[in-house]
Amino acid sequence: MSATEFLTDLIVAAFIVTGGFFLFVGSFGLAKLPDTFRRLHGPTKATTLGIGSLLIASMLYFMFERGSVSIHELLITLFLFLTAPISANMIAKARILRDRATRRELPPTGRPRGWATLDSAD
Amino acid sequence: MIVIACTFTLTAIGIAILLNLYRLLTGPDVPDRVLALDTMVINAIGLIVLAGILFGTTLYFEAALLFAMVGFLTTVAFCKYLLRGNVIE
Repeated sequence: MSATEFLTDLIVAAFIVTGGFFLFVGSFGLAKLPDTFRRLHGPTKATTLGIGSLLIASMLYFMFERGSVSIHELLITLFLFLTAPISANMIAKARILRDRATRRELPPTGRPRGWATLDSAD
Repeated sequence: MIVIACTFTLTAIGIAILLNLYRLLTGPDVPDRVLALDTMVINAIGLIVLAGILFGTTLYFEAALLFAMVGFLTTVAFCKYLLRGNVIE
């Protein structure tokens, strides 16, 4: 095994281990943290970072070891990075709507209209 | 080295999916369960990408892309149902 092959192997393995670590941290946060709004942090930030790291590892692996450039990973990364905040926002809105105690604790918006989840603009 | 890293990451993702399953079963409210399912889908995408690296084939990326789209759509549809009591109005 030449030095270049060793180096690319090392980089790909480091990205894979980083991805697995952050996926685990996100899911551990989801299981451990005490309420829904705090639980949202684990999956939406750590897990997105973990899956991005895994996809970068896959892209580098197929680029260096196989010599073929594939853009599927970029598509998946772009899609996940676009959709993770949207699903987090939807889950937070559903939680606000369902929980009366949370609804009473909401600060005023300082505008004529209230919180968008509760005073919908239709 | 890559095989060792893949084994470590497969173990980590397996434990992560078990933790998601715990949250899915004991989640006190419905949004917690939706969040657990969303995270489970992301972990499954990680498993598919790892299988692609281990077996050396790019065949699995279409499956990963489909999983990403279906997971996002189910999460949004479920939250829409919780918010409005209806998916398509």
